[in-house]
Amino acid sequence: MMTIKPYLLSTVIFFPLFGSLILLFINKEKKNLLKYSAIIISLITFLLSLFLFFEYRENQLGFQFITKFDWIKGLNISYHIGIDGISLLLILLTTFITPIALLSSWENITHNLKEYLFFFLVLETGMIGVFASLDLFLFYIFWEAMLIPMYFIIGIWGGENRIYAAVKFFLYTMFGSLLMLVAIIALGVSAMDQLGYFTTDYLLLKKVALNLPHSTQLIMFIAFTVSFAIKVPLFPFHTWLPDAHVEAPTAGSVILAGVLLKMGTYGLLRFSLTLFPQISIELAPTMSIIAIIGIIYGALVAMVQPDMKKLIAYSSVSHLGFVVLGIFAFTLESQQGALIQMINHGLSTGALFLLVGMIYDKRHTRMISEFGGLARVVPIYATILLIVSLSSIGLPGLNGFIGEFLILLGTFKSSVLNSYWYTVFAATGVIFAAVYLLWMYQRVIFGKLENPHNKDLKDLNKREIGLLVPIIVLIVWIGIYPSTFLSKSELSIKEILKEVVSSKIELISK
Amino acid sequence: MITQHIYFAVLFPLIGFLINGLIGYKIKNEKVIGWIGSGFVGLSFLVSLLSFFEVTGLNVAERKIIVPIFQWISIESFNVSFAYLVDPLSLVLALVVTGVGFLIHVYSIGYMQGDKGFWRFFAYLNLFIFMMMNLVLADNFVLMFLGWEGVGLCSYLLIGFWYDRKFNGSTTADAAKKAFIVNRIGDFGFLLGMFLIYKTFGSLNFNEVFTIAEKVPLPEATATLITLLLFLGATGKSAQIPLYVWLPDAMAGPTPVSALIHAATMVTAGVYMVSRASVLFVQSEITMMVIAAIGAATAIFAASMGLVQNDIKKILAYSTISQLGYMFLAAGVGAFTASIFHLMTHAFFKALLFLGAGSVIHALHEEQNIKNMGGLKNHLPVTYKTFLIASLAIAGIPPLSGFFSKDEILWETFAHGHSFLFVIGLITAFMTAFYVFRLFNLTFENKSRYPSHIHPHESPKIMTIPLIILAILSIIGGFVGMPKVFVGESGNFFYNWLKPVYEPSETYLFNVPLYTHSTEIVLMIISVIVALSGIFLARYVYLENIKPIDWLVTKFGKLYNLLFNKYYVDKVYDLLFVEPIVKGSERILWKFSDVKLVDGFINSVGEFFIEIGGLIRKIQTGVTQFYALIMIFGIILIIFMLLI
Repeated sequence: MMTIKPYLLSTVIFFPLFGSLILLFINKEKKNLLKYSAIIISLITFLLSLFLFFEYRENQLGFQFITKFDWIKGLNISYHIGIDGISLLLILLTTFITPIALLSSWENITHNLKEYLFFFLVLETGMIGVFASLDLFLFYIFWEAMLIPMYFIIGIWGGENRIYAAVKFFLYTMFGSLLMLVAIIALGVSAMDQLGYFTTDYLLLKKVALNLPHSTQLIMFIAFTVSFAIKVPLFPFHTWLPDAHVEAPTAGSVILAGVLLKMGTYGLLRFSLTLFPQISIELAPTMSIIAIIGIIYGALVAMVQPDMKKLIAYSSVSHLGFVVLGIFAFTLESQQGALIQMINHGLSTGALFLLVGMIYDKRHTRMISEFGGLARVVPIYATILLIVSLSSIGLPGLNGFIGEFLILLGTFKSSVLNSYWYTVFAATGVIFAAVYLLWMYQRVIFGKLENPHNKDLKDLNKREIGLLVPIIVLIVWIGIYPSTFLSKSELSIKEILKEVVSSKIELISK
Repeated sequence: MITQHIYFAVLFPLIGFLINGLIGYKIKNEKVIGWIGSGFVGLSFLVSLLSFFEVTGLNVAERKIIVPIFQWISIESFNVSFAYLVDPLSLVLALVVTGVGFLIHVYSIGYMQGDKGFWRFFAYLNLFIFMMMNLVLADNFVLMFLGWEGVGLCSYLLIGFWYDRKFNGSTTADAAKKAFIVNRIGDFGFLLGMFLIYKTFGSLNFNEVFTIAEKVPLPEATATLITLLLFLGATGKSAQIPLYVWLPDAMAGPTPVSALIHAATMVTAGVYMVSRASVLFVQSEITMMVIAAIGAATAIFAASMGLVQNDIKKILAYSTISQLGYMFLAAGVGAFTASIFHLMTHAFFKALLFLGAGSVIHALHEEQNIKNMGGLKNHLPVTYKTFLIASLAIAGIPPLSGFFSKDEILWETFAHGHSFLFVIGLITAFMTAFYVFRLFNLTFENKSRYPSHIHPHESPKIMTIPLIILAILSIIGGFVGMPKVFVGESGNFFYNWLKPVYEPSETYLFNVPLYTHSTEIVLMIISVIVALSGIFLARYVYLENIKPIDWLVTKFGKLYNLLFNKYYVDKVYDLLFVEPIVKGSERILWKFSDVKLVDGFINSVGEFFIEIGGLIRKIQTGVTQFYALIMIFGIILIIFMLLI
């Protein structure tokens, strides 16, 4: 183990890319071979990431599995990767969701299968890379690299209005990315003043950023944060999401909701907070209010959607509002809750998109009004949809509760926010979540089976059940015994909080 | 010690749920499914009973055993576990839940016979008992909340059990959703209450929180806020004003569900929670006053609606809300023992009333309107007799159980100096006696009013035996808590049993009760007279064939309509909250703000650049002469600039 340990992380990152290159050499008519190869590659990636999980030392401070070597020497840009508990969990989420998403497209992707699988695996490398980069330039490369395959997945394999959605997704995200790129370069240039050389190394820039004038920090914080906020998406940057989800193929939605959105919240936690701790604290109330608007707004708009996929898309806006609130409440409970909520959202919303996709494959509609009384014909589907909805509603005993509870509890006692009202308003989201999901459930599953098109619906097959069961196992696992995951990230979150708090003390002493 | 293994009492129903839930659909024999479900609840009752005997053998000071299982959520100083608390209070609840629960399970084997969701029904019922046991045995607020929400889920599933049926002009699924959402509004309060407790005490474990609260009084404002928030949770679960509206609709579920969940156990969870956290509640005079007032108001308000309903289950539902009001009245005046005592006796006689109603509904092929019943006395002898016992018990006729518990509440209310609330309680008692005997007379007495092709038969033994057992409990259940005026200080077993639980809170009580034996006896006589007059009035109106009721209905038509339409509360809620939120979300937030405003802006940015691009494109004409012309102009311009 010791011999491969230094390369393990790089292997996890690049194995899917390597696999995608292998796919290129397979004849595109051999569809089964292509599918099996892609699945096996993603499964091996998952197994490799499990090594990361077991080898990770949760009592050890700082980043682990660090690899660093020069890349662009003149600019001191290096290939610098490493993970802490936060990255670890998100990488695991990525490698866990990807094979499931691939398996979900077993039957419904018929044209250009080879390219589809290729893009998917490239996407995986991009996502894992984002969570592991310790150099901002490298981070930016991965960030953008994952944009391209996603653009194609929506644009080629999407629904009717796919071009509009793909371009909207691309432009929105690109706009944010460019802001971030400017900020990264500006930070690098500031390093020149302070250290005497240009660099984009995260650990070095952390110190550089601290010494910048307040106004410069503020502008840079905004540049980074807007970029992340678009990805999350935070209100009012969220309108690309419903379109992207509705048009994306099921697997695309699953990845989009499951992992891509987490890159935004991860960015906030990793970069906005630690690069600009003082600004983060100053703007914590503002960010929290925006987050709470998102919670309520997303939930209310979700409630009145006639399209199941759009409903779930808006529910993401609401759920991720909780995550952002947890991050900016600056307590151990709330940030731990935010992290576990990222995982939860990936699982529950991923599963919801899978379920909607499964019914769409059979009926070619996602309109709630087209359904009703499905419990009679598809009982297994109804049961699984119920469990997943309840997880999303935050029923205690399932995963969603752990996240929401910790976030709200932490927000309540937060000394940075220092007001009960944040929690009071955010907690109304708990009520609304029950409203929109149960209402949808009722209209789709309960009632009389009146639409003749639904009479012969087939219940889930073994493949479909097979790809949902692992998610349900995790939903229950996190709900009953979250320590498996919480313990991995506790120290890392503490470190972030410590950095932020120490900067606050510095601020006061200045 | 079996008490150390109390988790078996929680686990058994879970096993039953898993068996029936996962492979129940493969089991063809209903009896097997039914007895698996009932059997595991029976085992759970057995464990509870053995623990009970074990604990009675302990010294009073030792009657509090914490059984930790494993750590649930742990973040530095924040720790909550799956851990169970066995004390006199939780044991009473555990016995009621599993005992009455077992009887209702058995009854359901007969009642649900032939239903295509038979296995699903038993799976849900078992899941319910599992969650309820978590609620009553939890040793911290968070685990209690797990049970709290869990029973809400089961309630949701069971109200909507016949998910494709119509109910009251809407559907069973609507009723189920309403129950869950209204409960969530209450849970919102429960959650915030927990956060404030954690912020104040640094813990959510009962033992730690209450030990501190016993020793160090809270600031009045904090105590009031915490307890009001918790009480908001209680009004949701226990159907009190203003969140009672879900319970009448909850009658859409199968009748055994109404008996178990919406009468005997789940709806009393709020009462239990107030009792459990009594040491917090007693520290706020305002909250206690609010609880007593809401309890009394709910009691009389719900009873008044029960007077004119015609659906047999609806009447019982309003009756339940009203009786829960009594329990909160008791808790609010500081008589926690009386409140739990009434909780227990009510579980017996109200479960019996519902199961009896189920037997009637069964016999009349799903008829629920009491105007279409009558004369069932001879056809359903067991149901008739047991229903009579339950009716007398709820009306408060001595020496049945309801008499002792209700009388204690009224007496304590009076003794604590709340004479106004006492009068309300008394009027409610009159109404209770009236509506329950109106129901009884219209159902069992007189001539039959149902279609002649129906020939009602008594239910099978599997349903009548639980009725008989519950009838016995309704008769003797009150003897454990006989008034001290008759049996002396030591004779009231129930009071002495629960005493150690409430001792810490009693030191905080604001007004010390004034007990005098003579007043107690006078009041007792008054309440019996009130109950009897209610019964006789109902007999007079509905038996003697004089129809003053029609005269009353026409004379007070407006009042009658107001009551019959349940004070239009549902409509008002719809108009005030539901409609504005739904319409506002759709029209303002979605179609205007999202689509027009934000997306409109984004799209117009896109269009702007396309337009600009379109304009600039016009320059690219592809005509060489044009480019040459521009070039010459350019050169001239440059020369010109250089010269200047």
